[in-house]
Amino acid sequence: MAPRIGVVLFPGTNCEHDAVQALGRMGADAELVWHGASSLGHYDALVLPGGFAHGDYLRPGAIARFSPVMEAVADYAAAGGPVVGICNGFQVLTEAGLLPGALQKNRGLRFLCTTVAVRVERADTALTDGVAVGTELSIPINHFEGNYTCDAATLAQLRDEGRVVLRYVDNPNGSVDDIAGVCNAGRNVVGLMPHPERASDPLLGSEDGIVLLAALLRTAGATAPVT
Amino acid sequence: MDPTGDEQADLVTETGEPLHRALGLTDGERDEVVAILEREPNHLELALFAVMWSEHCSYKSSRVHLKRLPTEGAHVLVGPGENAGVIDAGDGIAVAIRIESHNHPSAIEPYQGAATGVGGILRDIFTMGARPIAVMDPLFFGDPTEPKQQWLIEGVVAGISGYGNSVGVPTIGGELTFDPCYAQNPLVNVLCMGVLPTERLVLGQASGPGNLAVLLGSSTGRDGIGGVSVLASAGFGGGDEAEEAAKRPSVQVGDPYEEKRLIEACLELLDAKLVVGIQDLGGAGLVCATSETAARGGVGMDVDVSAVPRREPGMVDYEVMTSESQERMLAIVTPQDLPRVQELCAKWEVRAAVVGKVTEAPVGAPGRLRILDGFDGPVLGDVPAVALSEDAPLYHRPLARPADQDARSADDPGALPAPSDCGHDVLALLADPTWVYRQYDHQLFLNTVEGPGGDSAVLRLAAPGLPASERGLALTTDSNPTWCALDPRAGAAATVAEAALNLACSGAVPKAVVNCLNFGNPEHPEVMWQLSEAIDGMSEACLALGLPVIGGNVSLYNESYGKDIDPTPVIGGLGLIDRLTARPPGVTLVDGGTLVLLDASVGTRDGGRRPPSLAGSRWAVQLKRHRNGTLPPIDLAGHGRLVDFVTGLVAEGVAGDDGLVDGIHDVSGGGLGVALAELAVRSGIGVQVSGVADHHELFTEAPSRVVVCTTRSHDLLSRAADAGIGFRVLGTAGGDRIVVDDLVELDLATATAAWRGRLPDLLDDLAPVTN
Repeated sequence: MAPRIGVVLFPGTNCEHDAVQALGRMGADAELVWHGASSLGHYDALVLPGGFAHGDYLRPGAIARFSPVMEAVADYAAAGGPVVGICNGFQVLTEAGLLPGALQKNRGLRFLCTTVAVRVERADTALTDGVAVGTELSIPINHFEGNYTCDAATLAQLRDEGRVVLRYVDNPNGSVDDIAGVCNAGRNVVGLMPHPERASDPLLGSEDGIVLLAALLRTAGATAPVT
Repeated sequence: MDPTGDEQADLVTETGEPLHRALGLTDGERDEVVAILEREPNHLELALFAVMWSEHCSYKSSRVHLKRLPTEGAHVLVGPGENAGVIDAGDGIAVAIRIESHNHPSAIEPYQGAATGVGGILRDIFTMGARPIAVMDPLFFGDPTEPKQQWLIEGVVAGISGYGNSVGVPTIGGELTFDPCYAQNPLVNVLCMGVLPTERLVLGQASGPGNLAVLLGSSTGRDGIGGVSVLASAGFGGGDEAEEAAKRPSVQVGDPYEEKRLIEACLELLDAKLVVGIQDLGGAGLVCATSETAARGGVGMDVDVSAVPRREPGMVDYEVMTSESQERMLAIVTPQDLPRVQELCAKWEVRAAVVGKVTEAPVGAPGRLRILDGFDGPVLGDVPAVALSEDAPLYHRPLARPADQDARSADDPGALPAPSDCGHDVLALLADPTWVYRQYDHQLFLNTVEGPGGDSAVLRLAAPGLPASERGLALTTDSNPTWCALDPRAGAAATVAEAALNLACSGAVPKAVVNCLNFGNPEHPEVMWQLSEAIDGMSEACLALGLPVIGGNVSLYNESYGKDIDPTPVIGGLGLIDRLTARPPGVTLVDGGTLVLLDASVGTRDGGRRPPSLAGSRWAVQLKRHRNGTLPPIDLAGHGRLVDFVTGLVAEGVAGDDGLVDGIHDVSGGGLGVALAELAVRSGIGVQVSGVADHHELFTEAPSRVVVCTTRSHDLLSRAADAGIGFRVLGTAGGDRIVVDDLVELDLATATAAWRGRLPDLLDDLAPVTN
């Protein structure tokens, strides 16, 4: 059966249809989940897509973490369900404390919409399961606050525990240690700034994102459904 | 009833100036108001007429000329006069498009001016029932090495980025033009395209007396009061800091998050068929939305000004009615549907307040717009709705061909000395616009097949809720003010022609255009002549190329210190790709490919007697500061054949067949020399070209020419010969040098660095503008 993916929609989110479309093209059964929902239906994985949840007011993700759905997302993650935050979704997950660190304004203080090369660093997370370490992927970024930062102890921990999932080949935004994506200790929650859904159709110029989305669908299929 | 008030007795400002003049109405216009009302207007009524009869809202100087534009076509569903033009794209899908200017607000407060320009045009599109899927921004500034211009560029780009990215509509292209004439009066135009299932098309009209007018979105504040009359319909003294600062409160402030929720709420309301009409609030705010919807529907409207949610206390009635606070829409709904409308708006956290009621028009007379303090309260103003939206005076302003026109035509740059190193001049004309567009989200919605920077942008024809389609859309904006300054008729015609060719280079059939006519002060007869000539040139080209003009915007009073900008008609071109299953080749080369010039220009050498004209070329204007001469001629019929040929050629590859075109670029700004260099730096492959006689041939911008790179030149040449299209083999692509005879000899890496570095070198070290 096709994996069921919930795509969380906050007011101000804008990549929700893109995520549904890209996952749908790959055979998933993806549907939108409104931020006001306090409980989740049955999903094999959750995606928090890009955009500007609640206008990114105060700072990206700072208000979204209080949306009713986030408690359900935290429970789902705690039970081992795969959760992927893309771009703004990554920012929301850090604000919600489901991932360490924070995303600050880009070095150079400008918005960046461009395609970058990222290197897969781990083959054992919800988003990179079975992807060869060292694989380089060409994937668009689209953010103003994509500059990953954390304190020295957290960075050491992330390195020691192998929780840096993706690194930029040529750091575009000043992220510490070239970090483009990280995961939690359970490896089921992953956040990344690049947009794999934007690299999922040859007509649009790159299919490299499919490598990551396919890994997510594998994880979703393999993970015992969480209710 | 005849509304009267205490203030009626002495309608003068504190300084003793007659109020109507302070509001921007002439004495004659005030007399017309008196004739329409058959009595003296009160302050509120005078304010309503002042904003609605402003140049910006009423087109009173340009309307008599705009009538000459062709507007019809079998595929045109909605032409000019509505919020946006709409064409039938087939497959049950319609495409809405509009272009606007936000010049004066951006001159004063570049971030918010540009941001609210984006917000305003999005509302025009979703008012039609369409989801906005693309924005383009043609921008015009003065010398980018000057700090003031850098501040403007930085702010405008940040404003478009900050608003457009957040509101969730990709910005897929535009133009960036620098010329000293824009130093005090930059131009910020914005085009938006939306798509909708054809049956969802709605028009901005009120109907059904008893129906309710519901104001959706933001509360109403003092921002933007008099924007259309104070800012948009008068020129600048120029550079006076105090004067500009004083106008700053007339610039609106944008909230993209409010707009995003408003878009989603309105599209859901339309999908649920809960509105009978809908209209955005833009220039002239509530008075414009209520009077236009009522006039279009042939009804009247009662507006309860006390029911309008306000942002600040102490606002008086005319401020509420004319405020240009952003992110507001007016929906006409039946009383039965009101609860569902309120429920849906609550979900999206969008405010919904009943502020008006549709009323029956008196028998044999137009519907009245009545402003009330409470629906059962006193009448504060009472005017015929149609008088505001339709009855503005139309001016046949005097026209005069500039006295120096003939002298300027005779002063040809062909006589300028040849450059000692043409390669140096090619380098000086290269500029990669990436610095601008990488600040824009140009990929949202997974539709962007060809993004910014090419001849035209290409999108899949797709959006949530649309029927499936294999078609694609191509979009371009074009302008040529240096040409229009020399000859507005020929310049405008060439601009339309270039737009059509840019669409063709992506394999699209050009279907329609919109225009944004940026001109100087219409009270200058030379400016009115420019406007009239440009409209005629545009009309000729559109007729010849079969392109209807389905919408437009006129921005006048672009002047400072009494000096007008160059006439700057901007064309937005919309094309349709029948079958989009492969990426168009784009501006690129393949190693070993043959370079072919397809040429439908009018005799490049004039029988060998004279070299092609350099008049209006970037080489002459930007590098030699020579702004005069006689433009290269254009043969519109031949141009049309070239457009058809190129469209057909590229469309084959785009449809997934084995196409003959491996790379393509039209020859425009900078001429053949720049076109070849751009192909080289964008592909990372050099060129070896011969047969270019001199700098005239290298830099002329004679229209109707395209460079094609192909690995099957024999097939291409025989196809061109069969179609009667002129052609010439220029050379080959390959290596790491750009070589044109003994004129140009450039290292590819040097050229690439110059191209890439131009804007970052100027702008990267600036303190960024954030909001």
